[in-house]
Amino acid sequence: MTSSMVRALGVRKSFGDLEVLRGIDLDVAPGQVVCVVGPSGSGKSTFLRCLNHLETLQAGRIWVDGDLVGYEERNGQLHVLPEKRLRAQRAKIGMVFQRFHLFPHKTALDNVMEGPSAVRGMSGADARELAGDLLDRVGMSDRSHHYPAQLSGGQQQRVAIARALAMSPKVMLFDEPTSALDPELVGEVLGVMKDLAADGMTMVVVTHEMGFAREVGHDFVFMDDGVVVERGTPADVLGAPQHERTAAFLSKVL
Amino acid sequence: MAQPDIASTVEDRPDLTIDATHPPRPGRWIGAGLTAFALFWLGWTIAVNPNLHWDVVVDYQFYPVILEGLWVTIQLTVISMVVGVALGITAALMQLSESRVMRFAAAAYLWFFRGTPLLVQLIFWFNIALIFTELSIGVPFGGPKLATWETNAIVTGFVAALLGLSINEGAYMSEIVRAGLQSVDPGQREAAQSLGMSRVQVMRRVVLPQAMRVIIPPTGNQFISMLKTTSLVSVIAGADLLTVTQRLYLENFEVIALLIVASIWYLVMTTLASIGQHFVEKHYGRGYGTSVPLRSRITRNLTIDRRKS
Repeated sequence: MTSSMVRALGVRKSFGDLEVLRGIDLDVAPGQVVCVVGPSGSGKSTFLRCLNHLETLQAGRIWVDGDLVGYEERNGQLHVLPEKRLRAQRAKIGMVFQRFHLFPHKTALDNVMEGPSAVRGMSGADARELAGDLLDRVGMSDRSHHYPAQLSGGQQQRVAIARALAMSPKVMLFDEPTSALDPELVGEVLGVMKDLAADGMTMVVVTHEMGFAREVGHDFVFMDDGVVVERGTPADVLGAPQHERTAAFLSKVL
Repeated sequence: MAQPDIASTVEDRPDLTIDATHPPRPGRWIGAGLTAFALFWLGWTIAVNPNLHWDVVVDYQFYPVILEGLWVTIQLTVISMVVGVALGITAALMQLSESRVMRFAAAAYLWFFRGTPLLVQLIFWFNIALIFTELSIGVPFGGPKLATWETNAIVTGFVAALLGLSINEGAYMSEIVRAGLQSVDPGQREAAQSLGMSRVQVMRRVVLPQAMRVIIPPTGNQFISMLKTTSLVSVIAGADLLTVTQRLYLENFEVIALLIVASIWYLVMTTLASIGQHFVEKHYGRGYGTSVPLRSRITRNLTIDRRKS
């Protein structure tokens, strides 16, 4: 089970009678960027939320950094992980949301400090320094004392990325990080994500940005109707899709 | 006027500033005139009415017995609100619990205490000794008792008032707290969880501070209502401001003058509470850029009425 940073086997998830994920496998090596693409309702966001146990599975197994996510196996019996250990797992997995979800009652700096000081128990001064460095890294140091409502969507998303990075995650999950942005703001967020990939961060990115997938992605996964239809290098899949459904979808978005 | 050159600005074209006269609005003038007359007439009749005994009002405004009643009213309000908020938070969390037993208990509490008049509840608590003649600490269901008290010795008018007011308040606060907690975007919880925060941290650091924005304004209104609702305890000899006022006017028959004395104190308290509310809300409104001006806050609060009793 080692050597992969993220491994998912036969992941199934239903909401009531609706089966959203019907057996998803995924393997992400350390430092790899995997782009997950598919029409809305294909289950890609749900799958991403399963990776850090925001959703519980009906079947399947997920390992992140070698740990089984959400459960432990003792004597062949699966046990729900105690909250404390689930929290430790989540702390290693950074998540960036489509709608940012910055804490509106805290400034940009306080948002980034929140994880280190609340979860990692870092001192105020250290957390402040770390948060300052991270805001600098995403180009937001001049806005560190602004509240989220005073920032543009692109700026909020960059702060949200810094907030996730503050936990020193082993892997970063991006759930359509640019879908809620005005077109002219998409570039600044993708720029930060490119830098992150260049620094060797393992990333799973649910996106509609084919340019980003082509340029930055190592692996391209096309999902539809709760299954992985096709996977390969971005150049291969985007250049010569093997399945009809992939081709049909790509012809609409490219 | 000919259309001016498009490049001209207000600076070089002062004739473009709008300083227009309005067509006559007779309805507004007549209405304002009648209202002003009515206000003046009302003030005049009050000022010159010999039955109001303004001199008595002045004499009794700071009368020690009145001040003692005022102090009891303040104590009743503050303690009932503190206990009521604590009960409300507990009941709200129970309402949102995944346990069916918890949800049922909370629903039963709300159903009972919001479904019966506060006045009835107060009289009930005052007469609780008729059901439970003594209170004791020990093993339930007839087991040994460590200590026992006469109910009447413990549940005085003041205690009965506190029980009635705070338990009733808790039922109303529960709904306010629940609405506040539910107003917070579920994404906030998820963002906090994905950072690795514990349930308690998510609640304390992320959800509650945002819920407070929704919880504080109606809670301030509840506090202001409570200042006035405490007057109900006069029926169980609660020794509050209205109780002592009534006792005084039953002796000296200065009914109106003494009610004015009490009313002035109620107005002072509600006004001060409104000012306090303004600053608390300002604190919790950080990052949202919304604020109600202080003056309209005071007048608005005084007119808001309570649903209960």
